[in-house]
Amino acid sequence: MITVKDLHKSFGDLEVLKGIDAKVDESEVVCVVGPSGSGKSTFLRCINLLEDITAGEITIDGDHLTDPNVNINEVRSQVGMVFQHFNLFPHKTVLENITLGPIKVKNLSENEAKDVALSLLEKVGLSDKADDYPDSLSGGQKQRVAIARSLAMNPKVMLFDEPTSALDPELVGDVLEVMKDLAEEGMTMVVVTHEMGFAKEVGDRVLFMDEGIIMEEGNPQQIFDNPQNPRTQSFLSKIL
Amino acid sequence: MIYTTFMESAYVQSLPFLIDGLKITVMITVIGLFFGMIIGSLAGLGKLSKNKIIRGFWSVYVEVVRGTPILAQALFLYYGVSEDLIGLNISSFNAGVIAIAVNAGAYIAEIVRGAVYSIDKGQHEAGRSMGLTENQTMRYIIWPQAFKRMIPPLGNQFIISLKDTSVFSVIVVHDVVFMAKEYYNTTFEIFETLVMVCLLYLCITVPTALYLNRLERKLDV
Repeated sequence: MITVKDLHKSFGDLEVLKGIDAKVDESEVVCVVGPSGSGKSTFLRCINLLEDITAGEITIDGDHLTDPNVNINEVRSQVGMVFQHFNLFPHKTVLENITLGPIKVKNLSENEAKDVALSLLEKVGLSDKADDYPDSLSGGQKQRVAIARSLAMNPKVMLFDEPTSALDPELVGDVLEVMKDLAEEGMTMVVVTHEMGFAKEVGDRVLFMDEGIIMEEGNPQQIFDNPQNPRTQSFLSKIL
Repeated sequence: MIYTTFMESAYVQSLPFLIDGLKITVMITVIGLFFGMIIGSLAGLGKLSKNKIIRGFWSVYVEVVRGTPILAQALFLYYGVSEDLIGLNISSFNAGVIAIAVNAGAYIAEIVRGAVYSIDKGQHEAGRSMGLTENQTMRYIIWPQAFKRMIPPLGNQFIISLKDTSVFSVIVVHDVVFMAKEYYNTTFEIFETLVMVCLLYLCITVPTALYLNRLERKLDV
């Protein structure tokens, strides 16, 4: 589904990604873990070109993102993105947040988009909030709306950039629950996270990143119970 | 006795003339700001453009206008450009409207730029990541939020532009100041007439400022 080949990304003189190779299969849940500043978020943001790529190649479902003939808006509409700080549109209601993309990008009628939105709100357990504004929601509710907003585009892949890092601890569970359901339904997901419990339980594969490269990868048991790389060992010993 | 003297003084007698002038003052301000808003939006967004030429063009415009006095701009437009350069005879009223539009446009450009820039960059990313184009993201997500933040400074610009129109009496715009000069040149009641001119300006600026304060609190910006 996603193939990344020798991805490099620099901000000025600072090289943040130093050659990433990765593959994500359909319906696979890949969790990316690692210390702050390791480049995990940048890696994720490159996958839908929120960051320009310095060098390397990314394909999503056969589309080369760096090919100038590829319509990047088209590709992005098929890749859902969930942000750490939700990035809901404060001037729009919950329902309007979710229907904007389907109406403007996929040209659904308002009623069609509304039906989709309402069923997604039900799925994330927020049917009663459709007409509220984001400011009146808790962090956990906001993030669930943001997930519904991404799902409304019916994406092939969902990217999560530390989706629970800005939440109060007691609100994390609801969001992870929604993500777990998604994974069980067969959604292809790449999740940058500090929730090792989630990575262990839901992840099919874990990538450990540090200093701009993937230091180690494997299934959760390998990474968490029997890490080989000393950097992985020291990272995990600090947080587990 | 005092009452009759007052009624016959310039405090009362000049009013019909001054109000005729005030109408012109307000019309020039409102029409000028309408076009100034269009120019300012283009310039403000132009200054945020990734294209160097567009950015450079609007930056030069803003700096030239902000760096020169409006009196010189008005004279330049009315006598310099319209008569000398292209031999076109635009009316003084139209010259006043253009001067306000061009002048306020430069300040509005900074208001627009600042407001758009102040919107969290995550909003832009959220829009783009769902497949909206750059223009759609601006139109549906950034602009509505930024516009709310523009309202208080735009109100302030209205007050500034309203007062700026007073210099257009030098290009024979029949605004409130021009009418006052006409009036006191025949009656010599300079003090009384100018008191009325100031009061008329205040009648517009003070309520506007009070309304803006209230609006600012209501909009919570």
